[in-house]
Amino acid sequence: MLWEVDIFAAPGLPDVAAAEATADALDLGFSPNLTFGTARGYLAQGDLTREQIDALVEKLLADPVVERATVGRVGDPALDLSLRGDKGKIVYAIPKPGVTDAVADAALKSAREFGIVPEAVRTFKKYWIDGASDEELRRLGRKLLANDAIEQVAYGKLDFDTLQVGSSYKFELIVVPIRRFSDDELLALSKDMGLYLSLLEMRTIQEHFVKLDRDPTDVELETIAQTWSEHCSHKTLAGVIEYDDGTGTKRLFENMLKETIFDATVKIRENLGESDFCVSVFSDNAGVVKFDDEHNVCFKVETHNHPSALEPYGGANTGIGGVIRDPMGTGMGAKPVCNTDVFCFAPPKLDASEVPNGVLHPRRVVKGVVAGVRDYGNRMGIPTVNGAVYFDKRYLGNPLVYCGNVGLIPVDKSFKEPKPNDLIVAMGGRTGRDGIHGATFSSVELTSESETVSGGAVQIGNAITEKTVLDVMLEARDRGLYDAVTDCGAGGFSSAVGEMGEDIGAEVDLSAALLKYEGLSYSEIWISEAQERMVFAVPKDKWPELKALCDSEDVEAFVLGEFKPNGRLVLKYDGKVVADLEMKFMHKGRPRAVRQAIYRPTDVAPITVAPEGVELPARTIASEAVSRAQSCGKEFKSAAALDLEAILGSLNVASKHWIIRQYDHEVQGGSVLKPLVGVASDGPGDAAVLRPKVSSRRGLVVSNGMNPNYGDYDTYHMATSAIDEAIRNAVAVGANPNTISILDNFCWGASDKPEVLGSLVRAALACREASIEFGTPFISGKDSLNNEFRPEGSDEAVAIPPSLLISAMGQVDDVETCVSMDLKKPGDAIYLVGTTKNELGGSHLSLVRNWVGGQVPTVDVPLAKRIYNAIYAATQARLISAAHDLSEGGLAVALAESAFAGGFGAEVDLAAVELASESGSLGSLPGVDDVADCVKLFSESNSRFIVEVAEKNAEAFEKILTDAGAPFVAIGKVVEEPRLTIKGSAGGAAIDADLADLKRRWQKPLDLGGEVD
Amino acid sequence: MKPNVLILRAPGTNCDLETAYAFELAGATTERVHVNRVLENPALLERFQILCFPGGFSYGDDIAAGRVMATKIRVNLVDAIRKFRDDGKLILGVCNGFQILIKSGILVADDDKGAPVTLTWNKSGVYTDRWARLEVKSDKCVFLKGIEKMYLPVAHAEGKFMARDESVLDALEAQGRLALRYVPSDNPNGAARDVAGACDETGRVFGLMPHPERHVDKTQRPDWTRFRDDPDFATRVGDGLQIFKNATEYFA
Repeated sequence: MLWEVDIFAAPGLPDVAAAEATADALDLGFSPNLTFGTARGYLAQGDLTREQIDALVEKLLADPVVERATVGRVGDPALDLSLRGDKGKIVYAIPKPGVTDAVADAALKSAREFGIVPEAVRTFKKYWIDGASDEELRRLGRKLLANDAIEQVAYGKLDFDTLQVGSSYKFELIVVPIRRFSDDELLALSKDMGLYLSLLEMRTIQEHFVKLDRDPTDVELETIAQTWSEHCSHKTLAGVIEYDDGTGTKRLFENMLKETIFDATVKIRENLGESDFCVSVFSDNAGVVKFDDEHNVCFKVETHNHPSALEPYGGANTGIGGVIRDPMGTGMGAKPVCNTDVFCFAPPKLDASEVPNGVLHPRRVVKGVVAGVRDYGNRMGIPTVNGAVYFDKRYLGNPLVYCGNVGLIPVDKSFKEPKPNDLIVAMGGRTGRDGIHGATFSSVELTSESETVSGGAVQIGNAITEKTVLDVMLEARDRGLYDAVTDCGAGGFSSAVGEMGEDIGAEVDLSAALLKYEGLSYSEIWISEAQERMVFAVPKDKWPELKALCDSEDVEAFVLGEFKPNGRLVLKYDGKVVADLEMKFMHKGRPRAVRQAIYRPTDVAPITVAPEGVELPARTIASEAVSRAQSCGKEFKSAAALDLEAILGSLNVASKHWIIRQYDHEVQGGSVLKPLVGVASDGPGDAAVLRPKVSSRRGLVVSNGMNPNYGDYDTYHMATSAIDEAIRNAVAVGANPNTISILDNFCWGASDKPEVLGSLVRAALACREASIEFGTPFISGKDSLNNEFRPEGSDEAVAIPPSLLISAMGQVDDVETCVSMDLKKPGDAIYLVGTTKNELGGSHLSLVRNWVGGQVPTVDVPLAKRIYNAIYAATQARLISAAHDLSEGGLAVALAESAFAGGFGAEVDLAAVELASESGSLGSLPGVDDVADCVKLFSESNSRFIVEVAEKNAEAFEKILTDAGAPFVAIGKVVEEPRLTIKGSAGGAAIDADLADLKRRWQKPLDLGGEVD
Repeated sequence: MKPNVLILRAPGTNCDLETAYAFELAGATTERVHVNRVLENPALLERFQILCFPGGFSYGDDIAAGRVMATKIRVNLVDAIRKFRDDGKLILGVCNGFQILIKSGILVADDDKGAPVTLTWNKSGVYTDRWARLEVKSDKCVFLKGIEKMYLPVAHAEGKFMARDESVLDALEAQGRLALRYVPSDNPNGAARDVAGACDETGRVFGLMPHPERHVDKTQRPDWTRFRDDPDFATRVGDGLQIFKNATEYFA
């Protein structure tokens, strides 16, 4: 028997979900005449009486103060009526069988408290929609109400009467006769099985089994494909690359990453000698550095791009859930202390007609991704403290979702070593069909077909399962109950057991695995990427205590196998061997293809307006702001003031408070500098500061740098600029520049195109050089290649812009020395620190003006180091009242942000600012009268800050900077009146703007609704 | 006497460590105990003077915030907890803890029509983390003794205090139980009568949506960098600490 419970907001209270659906439908281009009514509900299956269901509704499922419910058997006409009197056609959105439905699980378990035992429960959303044709209704179902990757839609009536999940599995060993396959058959097999292996790789496997004189089983092929996947082995960037840098010299990399980024860290550690602060780099799940005498800290940033494109909520949800397991799986397990997230989207207000088939509207992507990170991060009790969002139309088919996590780990628990004959123990979530082929799928280009072929790669997380694993793991770690731990990420058990047992060997009994539902084959169990699972190496004598600990906190754990010291991976199911592979072949047998990479240098072109009809893809972020600024009405505004308004209102710069406020950035009680700072807590902070140990004054600083716009001109300067920006943000709040560590995350287009790969190699070379010169080591990294989308019926794939995220982690001895960016006190002096050059190429001024050409910002690392050390010294001496880094929009934007964040005005004179002599003749800029002032206001030259200094500290501040050889100039002062007044070099007002107006323009564009203020 | 505080954690509790730290700063001793231990042996409560339900997402807040944990308490522990209170001891619920105290009927008992009050979805419909100015409106609550105003963060999705009808609110207000209110312009969730925290009829059971444990240190305040040059900055503490001190000093 299947009961349905519909729960409505009580009469007189708002139907929030309906209001949201109405707004979203409008944004997605549906008719404004549609009206929505909603209910949330439960389906309960089992031998239950009406009285029992009524009792559950009253005691458990509905809140009697604010909700009302209808109950009936599925199909009961009473269920067609909305208690709120909503009219129209009914649409149900129901999680597909097997998709995580935590609320249903909770209802099932809690019902037992009342002695009521349903067989199965599932939740759903139900809509009454009036004014829609059947065609519109179906389009709504597809585009707004449900996502086919995880949900099924029913129109009018539910089309099933049981919730059964899974059917029993009958063992059958599958052997694939590849020894006799032709090349075409090998390629077809790779495609059909979703292995995504090249012909060379398939042939290598074939030869291996010819030598063994047998054919492989399906699970052997799956295991090899997973181990060799781009996602797990980084075969492109850690592979052989022949690089032509366009100057006639060619360079052969045996292992590109090792020879660039890893190599920089090796050199830095040598240079640092005694003061080397790295502990474990590029070897564990996260990079580890020293923090204090008792603890180290580790940091990892991952991407979850492909899943987020198909199902933004689930993709981002499992993205953050997955990266949290990286520090948890580092050393003997770290305690996660903060999250970061950086997103790249297409503009959320893009016209629906511009969104091709197979692509979700960016507004849905933005909302889904933000909600996915929110619900997982908040539930885990980990503050999300830092982030950024970039917009460009090229992210339409390929949004980027970078999720990061920092963990705190005792010094003596920072390394692990599985021992021979240890038990392989799996802990946490059960195994289902979730995410099968996630590792291989995340390594390929998306097409309009991806949604249908890859749906299984999408999952929904359950944060509380992971939280309970974390609670138990930290206790077990401190009691010494295991020798090693790693996370089950991409590739599932296959990857976790394969990596941990690489140097020993492992024997696994797949029939021992706890399953979510019946019917999984041995192969599915092995490669499932079900979330919230960790794998431990446990000494046999410790297992009973570990099991008891897990039981005491309702955490499931079981013995999956044993690390048998024979160098083989043996998988069994019900006692039968289903795989027997040499660890050596899996980890060392992959053939190495030589890839070509070319970089073609181009001369810097003078800045011009983009040709008629050409709009830069990145410019879509700003066109709305531009038109708004240009139609400013009667009041006279200078061109510079209009430019400033347009940049403040452009999506990359605009306030991210709508996102930030949805994240708990203060849980764990260590928050020092929050993402939003200032007198009204709404100014854009440069970096987050937290105390990971509440009883200590020592602080951790987290920041990032990223400039996809510069990459369109030169990925070398894009990379050095990103590194400089990440360090600069950390230094602005008070981090010691000499103990900053950084991470790289490369998200790029198709790596089989030599120019695309060349632009990446060039960026990696830049990373190496800048990292060594700064003395700032990379400690971990990750790449995501082939971020291209091929729209239906098109041969041309759209590639994302080169997107290198640099994440930085800094430290500060005493958090009370930290500085925020908001202006503090009228009368204080404002300094510009650093050198301003004519660097408007790829700038936000260029974006809002639709300019092309120009020099992109470069980094003078020795100069930057002098500046950062001087700022740090002045911060330590508490001479600085406010500091803000200059980035998107340059000086003008930084001044405006610091002023409106502090609630005080600023009076600044551009005549004081000197342009660097190498800027030479400035030439002309389209439609600009005073080119020098335009450069001073909007150039995005790196390594610069504005700094507020109280009069009593000015002399000491100037001395520190002078002694350090850091260029600086006093440009004005803080004033009481809330206006930003910038005098032009020739005397007139370049900008004279009301702060409240600037702030409003900055806050509005990304306020996607919902927040109460 | 140094009171001993039981910090009751459950799957999804995530403010237990900093809440324990806040109690310790205030001079108490603390033990973090899993709810399964109390379910196995309710007599375990006898060793403690203060019972604290910290913030987080107990059992994922699946179904509704605090609902699953509250159900466990209603079915298995309500008598033990009532006895704890009747012994003259203190009970504090912060955020999710407040939701549990409300939904288990411990803070406001059911009447013949069921639960008279609830904490439900924010007016905005989304989780919100921000700071709010608060005012103490009655002297009934032990935890709020001597406090007039506080500045504390809220971080929740389901924090809107709602009652079945106005008469319920009138009665609670008349008893001085709607003790902690948001300054109206800072009401983050649309709560009726700006209620941020409420106590039971004894004043010894108190729940609040804001997080006092997140403001025990001066550098937790979002605008602290603006006060760094104030003469008394070195000796300042966070506004929330007094709640924990009041609880601790109650047993002095």
